[in-house]
Amino acid sequence: MSLDINISITDREGNAHEVTAPTDMSLNLMEVVRLHELVPEGTIGICGGMAMCASCQCYIISDTALPDMEYEEEAMLAEAFYVKDNSRLGCQIPITPDLEGLKIEMAPEEM
Amino acid sequence: MITTDILIIGAGPTGLFTVFEAGLLKLKCHIIDALPQPGGQLTELYPKKPIYDIPAFPEVLAGDLVDNLMEQIKPFEPGFTLGERAEDIEKLEDGSFIVTTNLGTQHHAKVIAIAGGLGSFEPRKPPLSNISKFENKGVSYMIKNPDDYRNKDVVIAGGGDSALDWSIFLADIASNVTLIHRRNEFRGALESVDKVKELKDSGKIKLITPAEIIDIHGNGRLDAVMVRKNNNPDEEFALETDYFIPLFGLTPKLGPIANWGLEIEKNAIKVNNALDYQTNIPGIYAIGDVNTYPGKLKLILCGFHEATLMCQSAYQRIHPNKRYVMKYTTVGGVTGFDGSKKEAPKAVVKSID
Repeated sequence: MSLDINISITDREGNAHEVTAPTDMSLNLMEVVRLHELVPEGTIGICGGMAMCASCQCYIISDTALPDMEYEEEAMLAEAFYVKDNSRLGCQIPITPDLEGLKIEMAPEEM
Repeated sequence: MITTDILIIGAGPTGLFTVFEAGLLKLKCHIIDALPQPGGQLTELYPKKPIYDIPAFPEVLAGDLVDNLMEQIKPFEPGFTLGERAEDIEKLEDGSFIVTTNLGTQHHAKVIAIAGGLGSFEPRKPPLSNISKFENKGVSYMIKNPDDYRNKDVVIAGGGDSALDWSIFLADIASNVTLIHRRNEFRGALESVDKVKELKDSGKIKLITPAEIIDIHGNGRLDAVMVRKNNNPDEEFALETDYFIPLFGLTPKLGPIANWGLEIEKNAIKVNNALDYQTNIPGIYAIGDVNTYPGKLKLILCGFHEATLMCQSAYQRIHPNKRYVMKYTTVGGVTGFDGSKKEAPKAVVKSID
């Protein structure tokens, strides 16, 4: 049985969206944002989800437990702009049932 | 002026394969790319990463795929304008085009194939509101002529290879080199990190970490940057300098192509996918990741297909009175513009006594 989880995503204009995301399609958080077209296509997931750009950077608002950062994500966030303590790359966060109730905010687009 | 049949903008896999398909139709190609080497994002972003969905390649490294494509198109002698960005386009009365790069190189072609992928790779600029005012007035995003920095004070920001390598290089040229990075850790090649540490210990490079540049000061020309250490507003100070060089890698931007009068949707160029991947401007095609149409998938294998059909249409446009009959390479072989000829070995007819 597939299980959908609820995620709250605030877009770059500050509008909050409550969306559901399937947990059985090996999606990541960046792909969920794209799926619902919450930010303009072409301004997110530019590298395709390899932690090689920061176009899917988001701030984690809820205290949801997330998987630890791997070296590549950490390295990218060391170079990215607008980074805060709660910054993560959406492409490195797989959608699992544990993420129910996750709340995030998209970081601004780099110019 | 460079003259060719098809001018390809973008030297990624789609652009490179276009040379092959055009070559089978005896059409000459020339490629422009903003990066200094062919391969597009495969070479720039992930040369060592494997790709698993190239037909008949169960696994291939991105860099190897580019090497193979370069080998495949060699007989068709493509021209390259590398390290330059296609800037302006002009349509002539006879339907041909002149494309001029940012460095003024002009290309005259009958057909334009935009295989621009995500766009041209440009330096990532730190989000400082007044930074554009100081560009070329003390702020630059790349080092073209190291001698410009001789006996000057230079501040470099960034934590990757280019920030490390240029700090090392300029240590012998500039009077002062200060390297500023948001973290204490650097992610460059180990030997570069060691070298920077050595130069720091001997006083040839000043290292400020963890720190960020938060503002730029100057009256017309840069004279100081504002540094914030430890992300603490109480640890801010002005650092006088002649040059500030932020080195944060490259990011792709659609760039000047967006102003060519092409129909753009979702940061991609709309094309007619029912026929030939032509844009709203006849004679300009868009193929690969740069285009969009209903059901579009940004896959290399889709780019190859699009390139193939686009070349057929380009042939018709260039030779309106000729009829082309498609020939399998196994049957017709591949005859290069360099005089080389590849063909299937002929069967031997010999009787057995």
